[in-house]
Amino acid sequence: MFDFLEDYDVWEAFWVTIQLTLYSAIGSLIWGTVLAAMRVSPVPVMRAFGTLYINTVRNTPLTVIIVATSLGLYQTMGIELGGGDSKEIGFRLAVLGLIAYHASFVCESLRSGINTVPVGQAEAARALGLNFLQVLTLIVLPQAFRSVVAPLANVLIALTKNTTVASAIGVSEAALLMKEMIEIESDVIFLVFAIFALGFVLLTLPVGMLLGWVSKRVAVKR
Amino acid sequence: MSNVSVTKDAGGPESAPSDLVVLNNVNKHFGALHVLQDIDLTIASGEVVVVIGPSGSGKSTLCRTINRLETIDSGHIAIDEKPLPEEGKELAQLRADVGMVFQSFNLFAHKTVLENVMLGQLKVRRTPKQEAQDKAQALLDRVGVANQAHKYPAQLSGGQQQRVAIARALAMDPKVMLFDEPTSALDPEMINEVLEVMQQLARDGMTMVVVTHEMGFARSAANRVVFMSDGRIVEEAAPEQFFNNPRSDRAKDFLSKILQH
Repeated sequence: MFDFLEDYDVWEAFWVTIQLTLYSAIGSLIWGTVLAAMRVSPVPVMRAFGTLYINTVRNTPLTVIIVATSLGLYQTMGIELGGGDSKEIGFRLAVLGLIAYHASFVCESLRSGINTVPVGQAEAARALGLNFLQVLTLIVLPQAFRSVVAPLANVLIALTKNTTVASAIGVSEAALLMKEMIEIESDVIFLVFAIFALGFVLLTLPVGMLLGWVSKRVAVKR
Repeated sequence: MSNVSVTKDAGGPESAPSDLVVLNNVNKHFGALHVLQDIDLTIASGEVVVVIGPSGSGKSTLCRTINRLETIDSGHIAIDEKPLPEEGKELAQLRADVGMVFQSFNLFAHKTVLENVMLGQLKVRRTPKQEAQDKAQALLDRVGVANQAHKYPAQLSGGQQQRVAIARALAMDPKVMLFDEPTSALDPEMINEVLEVMQQLARDGMTMVVVTHEMGFARSAANRVVFMSDGRIVEEAAPEQFFNNPRSDRAKDFLSKILQH
């Protein structure tokens, strides 16, 4: 029944999915934090940029963003992001698109976390003579992160599944392989679906459980 | 507790070299509400000024303008003869010299008691770690919570938290300490432990501005009582004189309501 699997490298495809997820997760966490810092900063230009970015990117379909990285950045403007062959370039463009998109969700989660930190915490920090960046990085963000571990886990799970959009620009991750298998192995089509569904559940379920546990561990007691 | 020696007479604001905090014609609005109206107040080095008055009279706002946690609409504020700068590096430096103790303690919830007292020393004063830790430990000892150093704020009682907050402010070697209703959020039996620490500070010659409802503290520790009502300073006097013989009707009315029980 599973003989047909010998003709395909399912593990290889999921490995690309995992890599896409890891790089995009790290990138969107960093860029999302920077965006959140901009949105709460005292500088009006930065706040305006943050708001504009979130409202534009969050409301654009991911497919549009991913396709735009390939057709716009690469094929029109020739931006290759240092990737050697077309396979590597496609991978890097997909990571860029995924970061750009998911950072906006990380930012908004984090911003709601910032709102859970009592204003007195920042006031006490300012009263000690800490500057804006110190108040943010030493006092506000550490507490904000602890309160948004669970929402961030949601973003991470969504990101894992959204990596399938990268198949639209030919990145050979799980969804691209699935498309191929659907065409060739149409007699066992439900089995093909089940294999890929199970693959993603195996990726995301432990993440959700682990971060749920972490979220309880690091919660700030008040 | 009435054996208070009053050294400074209540008077108008006059600028002398020992004047540490000077507020000159300060005005502030919250929307339509005129919370601070033409405030003139001068606090000399080593002086303990207690600000009292009914709720909503602007006394907390007054306290918070001194380190610019609240901005003002007009007027001048100077600390140690330097006018309050705009938000930025200079203001941060000035705030480091002004200790502040809040009604709700505001200890950093994700850091231990010891880390709370070390943070400002490490990040603002750039004190070496060992030195900062020794000083923090000594200050915690001074306010009587040395044995709680490695706990988190939420594990301490309110009175203990507030004493840690005082230690945190003292760790910066401030020129002046601001207390914004430091005992208002405390259970009655914990108020005294905090007031005793403040009494000790006052005896040690710390310059203090204390917004409080603790009349006993005002009587025993203050050099001067400032009575505020509706955004104005209505009366300034030595505590003896203010409590026994208030001049303004508003102060008489206020005292008659709180001192009869």
